[in-house]
Amino acid sequence: MAETILVIVEQREGKLNRVSWETIAAGQAIAAETGWTLEAAVAGANVSAISGEVAQKKVSKVYDVESAKLEPYTPDAFAHALKSFLEKHPAKLVLMPHTYQVRDFVPKLATAMETTAITDAVGYKYEGGKLSFTRQMFQGKFMADVSFAGTGPCFVTFQNGSFRGDKAEAGGGAAAVEAFNVDVPDGVIRNKPQEVFKEAKQAVDLTQAEIIVSVGRGIKEQKNIELAKQLADALGGELAASRPICDNGWLPMDRQIGSSGQTVAPKLYLALGISGAIQHIVGMKGARSIVAINKDSEAPIFEISDYAVVGNLFDIVPPLIEEIKKART
Amino acid sequence: MKILVCMKQVPQKDAPLKLNEAGTWIREDVSYEVNEPDAFALEEALRQKEKHSGEVVVITAGPARAMQVLREALAKGADRAIHLEDNAFVGLDAYNTARAIAAAIKDEKFDLIFTGLQSDDYGYAQTGVILAQILGLPHATIIMQIEKNEAGIRVKRELEAGFFQFVDVPLPAVLTIQSGINKLRYATLIGIKQAKTKPMRKVALAEVQSAMGNNLQKIDKMYIPEKSKNTEFLEGSPGEVAKKLVEKLKNELRVI
Repeated sequence: MAETILVIVEQREGKLNRVSWETIAAGQAIAAETGWTLEAAVAGANVSAISGEVAQKKVSKVYDVESAKLEPYTPDAFAHALKSFLEKHPAKLVLMPHTYQVRDFVPKLATAMETTAITDAVGYKYEGGKLSFTRQMFQGKFMADVSFAGTGPCFVTFQNGSFRGDKAEAGGGAAAVEAFNVDVPDGVIRNKPQEVFKEAKQAVDLTQAEIIVSVGRGIKEQKNIELAKQLADALGGELAASRPICDNGWLPMDRQIGSSGQTVAPKLYLALGISGAIQHIVGMKGARSIVAINKDSEAPIFEISDYAVVGNLFDIVPPLIEEIKKART
Repeated sequence: MKILVCMKQVPQKDAPLKLNEAGTWIREDVSYEVNEPDAFALEEALRQKEKHSGEVVVITAGPARAMQVLREALAKGADRAIHLEDNAFVGLDAYNTARAIAAAIKDEKFDLIFTGLQSDDYGYAQTGVILAQILGLPHATIIMQIEKNEAGIRVKRELEAGFFQFVDVPLPAVLTIQSGINKLRYATLIGIKQAKTKPMRKVALAEVQSAMGNNLQKIDKMYIPEKSKNTEFLEGSPGEVAKKLVEKLKNELRVI
């Protein structure tokens, strides 16, 4: 019997999260190599429009896992519904995007099914009939091939940007869509979620910036932010930061780049004293060019940099500002 | 409120790491520190206790060296500590770590259990949620604020791209805490002194082993990442590097 790969696409408030196409692309790639069957599922209330959209892709079947209790999202209802579904429709491999919503419920779902999830994977390997998944370790300093030791279903979540969403292949015709109505009994849902909101109106839209100078822990003190500001001004760019800088209140939260902040793709991303933790990288790896200045020659940021300077940013930035000013006149 | 804080010792942020001989983990001879989000979790527990009174208990699973994390927590104000002490705890997956913790606290009743949202070494981001499932408790992840109310607590969850959500959660519950939820305190001299007299319970592997199973996932191989980009390192004095970089910005990247 052919094994099944199930991709659970993500929807929020009735809209498909585009990152789901990356997971579909991952599922298609693994299906092509293993010869396994690829199916997709979407969980929510009234999700038929989304499953219809997913059915246009090259998948053999799409399931609507439906219950009014799945809206709004709660980890209790999602884990309950998907467990019920997977018990009826067993899958060898279950793939999802590594979003904040998925990481909220997938460890619960996997544990409830006495299995495990390999989270935040960036790729896979299929060698000698064995599947393993690559993921970053120690904040990106190492990579590891991780495999499942149990029987499954095996849950895997993929980091944003690990696969190309636009490479998700369209199918020959629309795949069949099957409704799976799930009963979520009273008492299953314990949390009461309120409305989703944005803290403050975003003052700066960094996604439109062509040049971004970004600072990390290496800036050391709040007063040194001024130096980075001068560099950004000299380049005609915007100032941004990694999470710890905003946590410290040295720059406002709306200048934060990374999974909890903005995702940017400027022409130039100049990283000052940023080591390149995964949560930061996912917010800026789409930059057309990356320049990094860091004192640690093994900082993961250098892995994705076009130009790298190993050294003290406080020595390098002042002459850099002068040279930029000269070049501009 | 009686609060348990799960803490992990991880290599220091800028410690140079080397692979072990088997190529499955790092060599142990590095400097360690507390996992950063766990430090914020502890701070939040101490603040909740100051507001609502109660007790803060800290727990870690790791070899003898991991006791340092508990000592620091006691010095900052935690009331007592539990140390699951064995080298074997280093190699556990998140499921087994959670099962070991659950077994170690089976005779206690906590109102809240905190973990950091993820560890800086493996980065599972799962142990807290798994622990909630094992204990049959509700959970909420990536928490930026906690307010007690009549029915339980109202927490502020961080979502992606600058969005947030308040969620009402009944007690007891498990929360995973985001870095930056509060401002960390330093241990005082008096705190450090008092820490030495606070209770520290040691739990041996044998005491919790029956609750554990085989790891469900396995690191086959760990290695240095292959470069996806052709990185050019610019070298020389600061002045020379500045000149070289400006030349690249102007002629190669065309941003000046």
